[in-house]
Amino acid sequence: MPINVLMPALSPTMEKGNLAKWLKKEGDAVKSGDVLAEIETDKATMEVEAIDEGVLAKILVAEGTADVPVNDLIAIIAADGEDPASVQAPGGGAAEAPKAESSKAEATAENATPGGGTMSYARVNEAPDGAKPTGGKSEGASPGAAPSNEVGRVFASPLARRIAKQEGVDLGAVTGSGPRGRVIERDVRAALAAGTGKAAPAAAPKPVETPQAASAQAAPPPAKAAPPAGLSADQVRGFYAKGTYEEVPLDGMRKTIAKRLTEAMQLAPHFYLTVDCELDALMALREQLNTSAGKTKDGKPLFKLSVNDFVIKAMGLALMRVPAANAVWAEDRILRFDNAEVGVAVAIDGGLYTPVIRRADQKTLSTISNEMKDFAARARAKKLKPEEYQGGVTSVSNLGMFGIKHFTAVINPPQSSILAVGAGEKRIVVRDGAPAVAQVMTTTLSCDHRVLDGALGAELISAFKALIENPMGMLV
Amino acid sequence: MADTYDILIIGAGPGGYVAAIRAAQLGFKTAVVDREHLGGICLNWGCIPTKALLRTAEIYHYMQHASDYGLSAEKVGFDTAAIVKRSRGVSTRLNGGVGMLLKKNKVDVIWGEATITAAAKGNQPGQVTVKETTRAPAPKGALAAGAYSAKHIIVATGARPRAIPGIEPDKKQIWTYYEAMVPETMPKSLLVMGSGAIGIEFASFYRTMGAEVTVIELLPQILPVEDAEIAGLARKRFEKQGIKILTGAKVTKVEKSADAVTATIETGDGKSQHLTAEKLISAVGVVGNIEGIGLETLGVTIERGIVVTDGLGRTNVPGVYAIGDVAGPPMLAHKAEHEGVLCVETIKGLHTHAMDKAKIPGCTYCQPQIASVGLTEAKAKEQGFAVKVGRFPFAGNGKAIALGEPDGLVKTIFDAKTGQLLGAHMVGAEVTELIQGYVVAMNLETTEEDLMHTVFPHPTLSEMMHESVLDAYGKVIHT
Repeated sequence: MPINVLMPALSPTMEKGNLAKWLKKEGDAVKSGDVLAEIETDKATMEVEAIDEGVLAKILVAEGTADVPVNDLIAIIAADGEDPASVQAPGGGAAEAPKAESSKAEATAENATPGGGTMSYARVNEAPDGAKPTGGKSEGASPGAAPSNEVGRVFASPLARRIAKQEGVDLGAVTGSGPRGRVIERDVRAALAAGTGKAAPAAAPKPVETPQAASAQAAPPPAKAAPPAGLSADQVRGFYAKGTYEEVPLDGMRKTIAKRLTEAMQLAPHFYLTVDCELDALMALREQLNTSAGKTKDGKPLFKLSVNDFVIKAMGLALMRVPAANAVWAEDRILRFDNAEVGVAVAIDGGLYTPVIRRADQKTLSTISNEMKDFAARARAKKLKPEEYQGGVTSVSNLGMFGIKHFTAVINPPQSSILAVGAGEKRIVVRDGAPAVAQVMTTTLSCDHRVLDGALGAELISAFKALIENPMGMLV
Repeated sequence: MADTYDILIIGAGPGGYVAAIRAAQLGFKTAVVDREHLGGICLNWGCIPTKALLRTAEIYHYMQHASDYGLSAEKVGFDTAAIVKRSRGVSTRLNGGVGMLLKKNKVDVIWGEATITAAAKGNQPGQVTVKETTRAPAPKGALAAGAYSAKHIIVATGARPRAIPGIEPDKKQIWTYYEAMVPETMPKSLLVMGSGAIGIEFASFYRTMGAEVTVIELLPQILPVEDAEIAGLARKRFEKQGIKILTGAKVTKVEKSADAVTATIETGDGKSQHLTAEKLISAVGVVGNIEGIGLETLGVTIERGIVVTDGLGRTNVPGVYAIGDVAGPPMLAHKAEHEGVLCVETIKGLHTHAMDKAKIPGCTYCQPQIASVGLTEAKAKEQGFAVKVGRFPFAGNGKAIALGEPDGLVKTIFDAKTGQLLGAHMVGAEVTELIQGYVVAMNLETTEEDLMHTVFPHPTLSEMMHESVLDAYGKVIHT
């Protein structure tokens, strides 16, 4: 079965490139890892490696050709045992190849879309006329949307299937909103708009610098495409007697929480740093500030600061003091921010929101406090606008009011950390070698190791602790 | 005072009574208020009684053409009073049926005119005052006027005929659908102002019964919401039947004499003409009944005569909902019913999605019938779709020929890129019973491929639906 070599995408945005040089000639034997050709864009030059063995049967795009569209057929490799001379170039070029009826072939073709950001050439394990699927080793290497098929059938409308196929969306990664969770057109369109659910997530973190490593990952393990599904509803029901439970349908918020936090736990390597913060100075300052608050016309105080308002402000300032931690993971790069944006988890009936306090480092405590009151009220009424809960570098989750002493929180993607705040309570501490009573709050920072290493995370939470224990620093 | 209801619905039309039954099914303590008739306009003065009249016209037409089928029918005539009596009887029977259904589902019926005096706040339920009405006597078992309270109040008050200033219906010579449905004698000549579904259905009925009928439409096309090609074919058929049609024409003045009306009509070219007829039917659309319900006092947002909702019936005032005609177009009974169910299920907290208004079918029961769903060809192009259009004529269908109905067309419109069925438009015999096949297909988001793979029974008119799809993709068999 001949193997098609397609023009690779060097970056997610690349649409065409120049075929700079062929390093193999027609008739040369190739084996996995051999460099076939050099491709250049205005930014970089990259080598295209073979990941199949065989003989380079046909070169279809001559070297020196400029502006070759991504996914165009550039060469054909005859597999072992095939007669290279018998390999025919297809009449319609690469565009014909994805028409193959096998879903495996489609998945592979999708893998090569610019959005997929894959590095190697994309193979279509099909004869150019789309005859039969291959077996054996190429089957094992076949990446793409397979996982959804392995876990179980994805229920999707015919239109959703077709658009997903045309646009390269992995249906298995799309949450369905139709009857019984069926994926329908609007779900696929939403996934497209949000840029999620693309088949073949970028497998190569640093494309340009390390082309070799990158092409080694050209065929990502199937598990990358979609989080593995858990037990099906039927399987779960099977564990319990009928009539002992009520079935609660999932609303959009529950689905989003389930999907995003599952992703967070699977994709972001979490580690946790716990410190105790003494609150006596903060409580005294808070008391002083609250008593000194001015009044509105109807006699209400202009603000009433909570401990959480101090925590938000301290996180904002801490991020500015440790700029390397004021950053998030963006697949092939890190985004570093100039301002501190701190999300705050607000529990509502049936879920939660994390509205984001922008420029938390610069805002006064009273401004933060009043913004939070407004956010909390509107979150409970489900009236927050998306731009009010999107973004943020870190979040604060406070369960102190429930008497929780210590917990760890799941990072809210795409943020890089989250601070879990426990209750402030009187504890015995050792001061100058003697026991003393202090008000203490335990806080735990969950860090995304892709962005924050241990020492950096420690620096961040230490800066936070210093601010909380010396709260006057937050007033200036 | 009575107990607090979970849900109280104002208006027992197709939206209101269906919502009430669904609410009762979901365990809500439910009441529905009406001032005139269970089943609303649809069942009493709209969809249903006109279908009874049109059935009469259809049979009359066949009797007049009995010889086409090898039959003889002599001295074919009609009795206007008996025709009207049958139509009213159909409404009465179904009206009683709605009463039975409400009773069976333990929905309270309250008789009178309702005004919402307060929306629910916190633990306080909303308040509704119901005044006595003189419009119609209360059905048996209905609760009397008085003060009622309910946690959720759904406004389903429907719509009424639009009146054009200077041409207000007088019930004698200028009719609305009310009078047109109960003629004492068949008029010999008739002007129909407006060529939407209501105007065209009456034009078709009265023409078949022998009247000289002229239809006057302001827009350049009759049946303005329909696909232009379909409306054009329908127009040809109407004109062949002897209906005169003036498009791009405006009635500027109507003068009444003892036994006739004379309309001054301006056509687009600046010319005007006078047409005289026995009666004029004003069928220029309907307007929502939004007055006197207390909506303004509650601060419910209303835009251009329509209560603004979120698509699931919720207005901007918590505890107050609106469905059906008052909640905006398309003002169709089946849209109201669906909205009623969605609204109640949303209140229950079930997983609901706003209805996709692009997938609501529309039917007109004139001869020939017209049925459609989705985008017209022009609209699809306007929205930027590259379209594939399929057409299949009745003349190519065996069943249509056997029925003696060789005129008509089934037209389908697909998005060339995705194969999505964007719209389907039909004119011809029985198409109102066919359209639902395409509605299901659109709702399930089928593409041309699934429609082509579907087996349609032979011999049926529905085969044309298959062939039209095949035609869009160059695979049609019978043309």
